[in-house]
Amino acid sequence: METLRSPWPVLDPPYDEPSYRSTALRAPKRPLILLPHHLTERHGPVLGQGGVGAADADLTRQHAGEPIGQRIVVAGRVLGSDGRPVAGQLVEIWQANAAGRYAHSVDRHPAPLDPNFTGVGRCVTGADGSYRFVTILPGAYPWANHDKAWRPAHIHFSLFGRAFTERLVTQMYFPGDPLQPHDPILQAVREPAARQRLIAAYDIGLTEGEWALGYRWDIKIGGHLGTPTEEWVP
Amino acid sequence: MTPSQTAGPFLAIGVAWMEAERLVDPAAPGAVRIHGRVLDGAGQPVPDAVIEIWQADAVGRFPPEAPWSGFGRSLTDAAGRFRFVTVRPAALPSPEGPEAPHIDVSIFARGLLQRLVTRIYFPDEVAANGADPVLRSIADGAARRSLVAVAEADGSLRFDVHLQGPEETAFFAY
Repeated sequence: METLRSPWPVLDPPYDEPSYRSTALRAPKRPLILLPHHLTERHGPVLGQGGVGAADADLTRQHAGEPIGQRIVVAGRVLGSDGRPVAGQLVEIWQANAAGRYAHSVDRHPAPLDPNFTGVGRCVTGADGSYRFVTILPGAYPWANHDKAWRPAHIHFSLFGRAFTERLVTQMYFPGDPLQPHDPILQAVREPAARQRLIAAYDIGLTEGEWALGYRWDIKIGGHLGTPTEEWVP
Repeated sequence: MTPSQTAGPFLAIGVAWMEAERLVDPAAPGAVRIHGRVLDGAGQPVPDAVIEIWQADAVGRFPPEAPWSGFGRSLTDAAGRFRFVTVRPAALPSPEGPEAPHIDVSIFARGLLQRLVTRIYFPDEVAANGADPVLRSIADGAARRSLVAVAEADGSLRFDVHLQGPEETAFFAY
């Protein structure tokens, strides 16, 4: 199935990943069809203009009180496959609270909800592609995929590039998390260097004394078929 | 590049704020209702998917020239249903010949390590669909037909997404 993507190294995880059980009934079985990049694919929506405020990027200030947890800054740049900044585009994030519980009715993990934390944020990238969120370090949480399955701490990111082909939903992980080698979702990215691209770096420059730890995560989107604009560098 | 990861079971909390099922007013001239279900390989509804659509406007413009977003987002319900109100996009020129009116679709869900990409075509565009370079590139007739919505008696269009099975929808690498 991946062979159609072969002009580029296969960096994305496969649809059919037996170690991630939810793929069993959801991964398509037939070969993918090559979609040329014509007008619809070369354009993309411009979202979030006017609908996103500064408060949306600070997940610690969305309620009456402050959430429990380690306060963090997560910031970086969104770049296209050509290395140019993706400016003025929407970034959406969602995450578990410090105890590893999502503010979602489907989440049955018996860890406490935090009345001061919804775990949802968004911002619009700056002219240099930069984004910045203030939030709390999400907790690990168990899931039913396999015996003693725990997801490593992560933040979900949803990105809109400059074209339909650049749309990306992914997850950001934290450095040094011992759960990562055991996580079939992260490990579904086979190429170690590509996997490393999903892990943020501790950044002392982003760290704020007596306030918050800083993590830097730069995101490169696009680079699928039809846009071979640079050599692949892990 | 940054690899894809699944949107997971809780994506609704992150994306529901921008649910956009009505790209135009249902009473607007030319409004088209498009709806369907997302079904898994056991034929069961997928209640935790997000469907996004992206298209040209009725005269073939995209933002910022077009006076609308061209973007829709619908969260599936317990029966796996999604729904949009939009307009039929114009046919578009391409280096391989004119493309029939079409809507690009992204599907995100738990169990999908990457989004799925497909297209919706219109059932009454028989001649344009027959000449469409993307449809023509699909050798398998059933796969080709899976991209064409079904006209319902009430004037709406139904586009069911079968992730697997004998009616598996044609999905694209891009």
